[in-house]
Amino acid sequence: MDTSNTMGIMQKASTLLDKARICVNDFKTWVALDSTNLSDGQQLAVKYFTVAVILFFAQLLFGMLAATQFIFPNFLYGFLDFSVNRMVHINAMVIWMLYGFIGCIYWLLEDESGTEIVGLKLGNIAFWVLTGAVTLVVLVYLLVQIGPGKDSSLWFINEGREYIEAPRWADIGIVIVVLTFFYNVVATFSKGKWSGIAGVLTLDLVALAGLYVAGMFYMTNITHDQYWWWWVIHLWVEATWEVLVGVIMAWSLMKLLGVKRKIVQTWLYIEVALMFGSGILGLGHHYFWIGTPEYWLTIGGFFSALEPIPLVAMVVHAVYDAGTHSFKNGNHPALAWIIAQAFGNFFGAGVWGFMHTLPQINLFTHGTQWSASHGHLAFFGAYATINIAFFYLAIQHWRGNVWMSEGIKNGWRWKWALGLLNGGVLGMTIALLIAGYEQSFIERAVEGSTWAGYFTAQNHPSFQAAMVWRWFFGLVTFAGLILLIWDLLTIGKGEERKAAVIEQ
Amino acid sequence: MNETPLWASESFWKKTAIWVTAGSFIILVVLTFDSLSKTSAGSKRVPAYSVINKKIDYQFKEDLHKSIPVIGDTELIFGKVFTEEEAEQLVMLGKKTTQAKNCMNCHTLLGNGAYFAPDLTKAWLDKGWVSKEMREDLMVKFLMNPEKNARTFGSNRKMPNLNITEAEAKGVVAFLKWMSSIDTNGFPYNFKTINAEE
Ligand code: HEM
Ligand code: HEM
Ligand SMILES: [Fe+2]
Repeated sequence: MDTSNTMGIMQKASTLLDKARICVNDFKTWVALDSTNLSDGQQLAVKYFTVAVILFFAQLLFGMLAATQFIFPNFLYGFLDFSVNRMVHINAMVIWMLYGFIGCIYWLLEDESGTEIVGLKLGNIAFWVLTGAVTLVVLVYLLVQIGPGKDSSLWFINEGREYIEAPRWADIGIVIVVLTFFYNVVATFSKGKWSGIAGVLTLDLVALAGLYVAGMFYMTNITHDQYWWWWVIHLWVEATWEVLVGVIMAWSLMKLLGVKRKIVQTWLYIEVALMFGSGILGLGHHYFWIGTPEYWLTIGGFFSALEPIPLVAMVVHAVYDAGTHSFKNGNHPALAWIIAQAFGNFFGAGVWGFMHTLPQINLFTHGTQWSASHGHLAFFGAYATINIAFFYLAIQHWRGNVWMSEGIKNGWRWKWALGLLNGGVLGMTIALLIAGYEQSFIERAVEGSTWAGYFTAQNHPSFQAAMVWRWFFGLVTFAGLILLIWDLLTIGKGEERKAAVIEQ
Repeated sequence: MNETPLWASESFWKKTAIWVTAGSFIILVVLTFDSLSKTSAGSKRVPAYSVINKKIDYQFKEDLHKSIPVIGDTELIFGKVFTEEEAEQLVMLGKKTTQAKNCMNCHTLLGNGAYFAPDLTKAWLDKGWVSKEMREDLMVKFLMNPEKNARTFGSNRKMPNLNITEAEAKGVVAFLKWMSSIDTNGFPYNFKTINAEE
């Protein structure tokens, strides 16, 4: 290649880089966020939140593509197939929620321990390593997609197991990053002070990280494969993540409403007892039909039927506390999302979960859109909401702990974002529920689950209509997210008043 | 009224939380050992991989109110008797192929996965393969070139071409045949196999 040509390319690249830099700077001037308002730990937390929001956006984008393919099967066929879009959709979800949780914990860590984060530098390195790895994994998902039926594909492309598709190299990376995070948490509490909240958090993180390892092995025996796969999925979302949310919620209720520590910690222990007491053996509701022995029908049915109890307790806890403090608080959007969490968790996980958890019913609903209906409301209601609450908390402090109670400027934005997101997900949930009932009835009960029966159900007008409604409400959800992002970038801008002070 | 009753005290609930968690976890570990041993390949519930040499059916038992797998006489695939080791190799190739091709993000296997395409639990026994004589041939052809060989039952949903080689396709067929022999406690319910008379 001759040199003038190379020079030309270099020049173009540098002008492009300059333009990008100008764009970034313009954006920074426009958002006008001042990081000196944040402590070091909080600065680390908002890095995680930022990536979480970007991945949330990606999640919904690919969800829309997958939803479109239900209506127009030829859409992107052979280019970005349903399997690819769906994988990105659910993986982006798992990862953004984990980013959000890590952010939440870095956010509360210094406050709760009463000291500065011990391994701040390590925390920052871990953040960039993780973010680099996630980017690479997503690029491979999109560009390489599949490989030959060999170990190398599972190590470097994708593992092909729903929710934990990340290739093995990334699994190992994730474990290392989580360990550094764990070190930071423990070392910081040890240097500062321990509390009930700190203790529960630490033990929960051990379990959460340990469970991930259960999903890192290849097994030809698919019964064993799915047995361990559910250890990760179920014991995450119905045990360790729930307790993590309990921890975050306990801290938020103290900070937002001024509830007494003794009260939230007692509640936290009650919730841990109820949650682990029902959720650990409730795992059995995934062992009805994968080849495992019949005693799981009884154990799984019984214990999982108890799982809604702690979720009722959480609603009582949140609403009662908010009520006794007359809903007086320093951050209205955050409190609204916390209340949404209590109800979303209760309905999505508790009610929707309960409805199909007994084996007599699950025999017909297992692996239909019924599961998707529950999956959407539960993940959104339990885990998206609490993270969004923290995004609002973070932005308030990022702007210098400004006023976010009555009479927020442009307050319609957060309210509409709240309404559109919750309304959209609820709409999708109902559409999928209708589709699920239709499938359970026609494909399963009447046609006996043959391929022909499957397609008879898929072609039924009520199913097809449900897919259109899901698409429409997906768009509503997506609109809500875009509004939410706009609101997060602008709320509290130019606000002169300081945040309302909350007394204990 | 300053006395906190036991049921409302922090330390009581802390101890309860610890005991309940530890107790549940220990029970789970014990059950896990039991379940894994009762479902190892070659057990009653999960047959050995060499079951691919046998006829497999799934029949409704009136007294049990559910269907159970029924293993019959020799019925070879690809005209060959597989030793236990060869069978395991072939099923393993098939299993790895299903993972590398991401089957689970369109289909369900044992009812778990995505809902864009039919469940594969008893796919080997499905009437969609027309007749037992044509079945394995049709399956291999379909897997290798789904665009051409797809029967979409009027849904227009076609499986994409996943660059599955002939060896991989045969592995997948063996894997599906083996999977259909697993005792899934009667899931799916009321399923009529390719062996059943009309
Ligand atoms: C926040 C907590 C929860 C979340 C995020 C959640 C999420 C999910 C998701 C995504 C699935 C589908 C898994 C798949 O892809 O196959 C699922 C399945 C299931 N969930 Fe939950 N869930 C939660 C709590 C619960 C609770 C409390 C119950 C019971 C009371 C429950 C009962 C079930 C059952 C029975 C299934 C199996 C569905 C099937 O057979 O296809 N879930 N859950
Ligand atoms: C723009 C809005 C959304 C659209 C259009 C959408 C669409 C989809 C589609 C098409 C699937 C595949 C279902 C199948 O296999 O048949 C799916 C699965 C899933 N989505 Fe979404 N989604 C959206 C938002 C969300 C949100 C907000 C969450 C949770 C926070 C979520 C969580 C899930 C989960 C957990 C699954 C797997 C469900 C299962 O396997 O049972 N989605 N989504
Ligand atoms: Fe579960």
